[in-house]
Amino acid sequence: MNPNLYLWLIPLLPLTGAALNGFFGRRLSKTGVSAVALAFSGAAFLMALRVLLSLSSLTLPYVETGISWIRSGSFHVNFAYYLDQLSLVMLMVVTGVGFLIHIYSVGYMWEDDGFWRFFSYLNLFMFFMLTLILANNYLLMFIGWEGVGLASYLLIGFYFLKDSAAAAGKKAFITNRIGDFGFLIALFLIIQHFGTLDYQKVFAGVAQLPAETMSTGLLTAIGILLMVGACGKSAQIPLYVWLPDAMEGPTPVSALIHAATMVTAGVYIVARSHAIFDKAPTALLVVAVIGTLTAIFAATIGIAQTDIKKVLAYSTVSQLGYMFMACGVAAYSAGVFHLMTHAFFKGLLFLGSGSVIHALSGEQDMRQMGGLRKKIPWTFWTMTAGTVAIAGIPPFAGFWSKDEILWRAYSQGPSKIIWALGLLTAFITSFYMFRLLFMTFFGEYRGKLESGGQAAHGHDDHGHGSPGHGGIHESPMVVLVPLMILAVLSIGGGFINAPKFLEPVFKTQVLFLEDHAAGKTPATEESGDKGTETTLMIVSVGVALLGAGLAWVLYLKSPHLPGQIANSLGGLYRTVHNKYYVDQLYSFFLIAPLIAMSRKWLWKGIDQGLIDTVINDSAQGTSDLGGALKHMQSGNLRSYAAWLTLGAAVIVAYMVWLGVH
Amino acid sequence: MSTIDCIILTLVTGLPLLGALLLMAAPNRDRDIRWFALIVTLVDFVLSLHLAVRFRAEKIGIFQFEINRQWISSPNIHFHLGIDGISLWLVLLTTFLTPLCVLISWNSIHERVKEFFILMLILETAMIGVFVSLDLFLFYVFWEATLIPMALLIGIYGHERRIYAAVKFFLFTMVASVFMLAAIIWLYAKTGSFDFVTIQQAIHAGMVPGFIAAAPWLFLGFFLAFAVKVPLFPFHTWLPDAHVEAPTAGSVLLAGVLLKMGTYGLLRFNVGLFPEQARRNAPWIMTLALIGIVYGALVALVQPNLKKLIAYSSVSHLGFVVLGIFSLTQAGINGAMFVNLAHGVSTGALFMLAGILHERRHTYEIKEFGGLATPMPVYATFFLFITLASAGLPLLNGFIGEFLVLAGAFQARPLFGVIAATGVIWSAAYLLWVYQRTFFGVVKNPKNSALADMLPLERLAVLPTAFAALIMGVAPIIWLKAIDPAVGYILQPFSSLAARVVGQ
Repeated sequence: MNPNLYLWLIPLLPLTGAALNGFFGRRLSKTGVSAVALAFSGAAFLMALRVLLSLSSLTLPYVETGISWIRSGSFHVNFAYYLDQLSLVMLMVVTGVGFLIHIYSVGYMWEDDGFWRFFSYLNLFMFFMLTLILANNYLLMFIGWEGVGLASYLLIGFYFLKDSAAAAGKKAFITNRIGDFGFLIALFLIIQHFGTLDYQKVFAGVAQLPAETMSTGLLTAIGILLMVGACGKSAQIPLYVWLPDAMEGPTPVSALIHAATMVTAGVYIVARSHAIFDKAPTALLVVAVIGTLTAIFAATIGIAQTDIKKVLAYSTVSQLGYMFMACGVAAYSAGVFHLMTHAFFKGLLFLGSGSVIHALSGEQDMRQMGGLRKKIPWTFWTMTAGTVAIAGIPPFAGFWSKDEILWRAYSQGPSKIIWALGLLTAFITSFYMFRLLFMTFFGEYRGKLESGGQAAHGHDDHGHGSPGHGGIHESPMVVLVPLMILAVLSIGGGFINAPKFLEPVFKTQVLFLEDHAAGKTPATEESGDKGTETTLMIVSVGVALLGAGLAWVLYLKSPHLPGQIANSLGGLYRTVHNKYYVDQLYSFFLIAPLIAMSRKWLWKGIDQGLIDTVINDSAQGTSDLGGALKHMQSGNLRSYAAWLTLGAAVIVAYMVWLGVH
Repeated sequence: MSTIDCIILTLVTGLPLLGALLLMAAPNRDRDIRWFALIVTLVDFVLSLHLAVRFRAEKIGIFQFEINRQWISSPNIHFHLGIDGISLWLVLLTTFLTPLCVLISWNSIHERVKEFFILMLILETAMIGVFVSLDLFLFYVFWEATLIPMALLIGIYGHERRIYAAVKFFLFTMVASVFMLAAIIWLYAKTGSFDFVTIQQAIHAGMVPGFIAAAPWLFLGFFLAFAVKVPLFPFHTWLPDAHVEAPTAGSVLLAGVLLKMGTYGLLRFNVGLFPEQARRNAPWIMTLALIGIVYGALVALVQPNLKKLIAYSSVSHLGFVVLGIFSLTQAGINGAMFVNLAHGVSTGALFMLAGILHERRHTYEIKEFGGLATPMPVYATFFLFITLASAGLPLLNGFIGEFLVLAGAFQARPLFGVIAATGVIWSAAYLLWVYQRTFFGVVKNPKNSALADMLPLERLAVLPTAFAALIMGVAPIIWLKAIDPAVGYILQPFSSLAARVVGQ
């Protein structure tokens, strides 16, 4: 017998906070707004913690059924919540990192006029994200799925006076809707074949079906369509274009929504639906290919970016690709493990970049930075922890999860190419991250700000009153403490054995694994694998160090080299720097023609040209009607009113006549 | 059944007309007239709540709160009213929106105030009458009776090209209705009755001589009248003109209720009386609906005029309704009826919001605006909320209906469901784009820099719609509880088809 966990309260708490700040925040003091936002997001974290602590007395999965939401024929959807190891990991990441970022935001957003609005949106995001991960069925999950998209839209466009921010918010929402389109079709297929959207019932239904070995089939279709949805939310090729633009939002938003939590929803849904993917190897292959390609593609763009947040944005796209790569080789637990460590170090890196940007009064161009390690030492050290973590250097968090992914890609992937590209991505990742670290914190300061701030603001204890501007200054404690906690998690988070913890969720058989392992006896596989695993681990550490070394050579030892290389590469460099012109291609080949077609052909052509002309002509052709129309169109109000009155009178007279007889 | 249950429909239907008659005799004191109209419509709303409270969803296959009195003996016309789970909510939608229309017209109508509210009250009676009539002749009378006050509202209180729009509206729907009248007269000639239930039973029992041969034509006659009203592509071109020229309250009732008369008719008569024809004609009707969904959305995308944009978005949304109805599935029709209500609430609200802007700037041209979130934050918030509802965000009212329609369409014809589902992309595109152009960025046009935010009266008019949008999204079960069994009953003749469909 499970204790009542009151799971439904976990999302509802932040919603209450969002509502309070949304309705009354304008009249509250900033302290009041922060108190509300922190209290409700903190309470959600405590409740999640309570669930974690009572784990030993729980039988998972745990289901909580609430009230009925939709009823149509025999199709029912309830507000119901579901907890297993997977949702628990997500729950801890979302509430934990979420709460830290709430704290950070109090310091970071203190000067902003929209303080209350910001926290209302942030709490709203928490509500939807928690609904997403705790839902017991696909449709309730979809509430969260769309809802986080809304929160993301609101927060990307938070500085709505800036046209670029407003455009970025819209772009994010619409691009996500393209993914949602696929997602919805997947749901319709599920409804049609299983008559329900409840996870457990659907997966039980799936278990009855034979595995699909051919390239087409129901589960394959559902899997690929779910992946289309995931491509939107988790910014994978071809729908990744919104995420870099999303950096228009305040930096805590980038950390929380566009790095640590929301963008991992696609990974979550693939892992959640593993029962479907396990039986549809083609769909799984699609996941692997998209993930791998995105990982390497986005990483290359990351090399040539100069905006500190854009580097991190492309890095996020790339790392999400890594997670899909893991799922695509049926290493879901490795993917979710990386999701967790990534939440720690990427959340940290974004928050750190925010601290840098604050220190430099809004400067985001790394070419205007340099030498900051002495001026903002806490930021520097915590970001260094994040950098070594993401680079995959042992024993930091990213190493463990990345190594797990690479090993599983090698040992159970459909092709060694996936592993090879993963390894190459690891190299590039290490390179661009150390490039970021070196350009920002090492060398000489290249910006225009006076560095006199160091003396005045160098202490960690200065409060909210002076996060101010003028000199380069370290951030206040309220900002630094979350950085430190995340730094600790980035350093040690890899020792949390998430794959082991997640094992019960993903214990089902994987098809092509069997194919792959056929011919090997379990025992030889075990011993042979151990040796390979160690070798691969050394290789992956090697490339990470190589990447770091290359960055050291190019950006510390001979800083004139990158420019020369860029010049000698010419067009290639420009292409990468301009993100392969993908945005321009989409705009030129998709958006512009669509709008032109709608305007010229549909509206002016068919609507005003064809239909109206036909109707007016036929009215004209019929002499009476045409005459009437012409006459009435003359615009004489009285004659028009007379017409109507006449018509009305005829009807009424007829009625009266009928009544009399 | 208590006495009140027997006369409640007559009361709800007749009260506004009674109010209109009293107003005719009233002195020309604008303030009092407004208060009077508000009270009448509010009382009517409260009365209609009785219907919702006392409605018994479990009573399947019969009309409730029925009243059936002979009106004219020859021809055999009855005053026969009654509602099922489908018409119930349409009546409530009407009584809900009309008082809001009074509020939104409170200050914006200052000439011929008395006539305005008289027309509005007559219109309310006619609209409710359409939904509650169970006598085909009575139905037709109410149907045509909506035309006159609406055409006058557009023609007298509208904007520059109001006459053109009013005439276009009137001619389109009038001409189309003639076909329905012919069909009704044919049915009467063969059955000797205008009674819906009697005719339906006669048809199902195969007791109507010559029905098999005539059915395609009868179906077409009803269909034309309703398709123009919906409006279904390609009969929709009257709608943008009518909306752009109509006064705000006219637009709200036009989009909110009048269009639903078309979809209601399609379900009640085309599907209810001619199931076999509905099944046969479903493919091409669904095709037209599908075109309407995509076409309406794409044309909405490029509209330079706010009201036209909302009008074309209505074409798209109503396409969903027709698609759902002719999917002939439980989910599809449930969804269609829900979209009907949701669209009534949110598009009604959008037109009110557009009207509020027009009050201040006397234009609907989108390029005249920009950056309005700064001078009008409350207005911007309301607008965003309703925009999101209209874009089908889950937990708001637009989502459930669209989802069910798409699920139903997908069950019936997967490809149709897939194409229609692109609607989720288009609606986000045109709505968020217009929102961005209207509200975001800095104010560039000096005329916009000091616009007043929403006034208390305006908030009072829009707030109920926002509230309804939220409740309908969170607890759609309240509405579906009554709709679902009624739809199940309508679908009984299709049981052979329905049996194939999972979810029955």
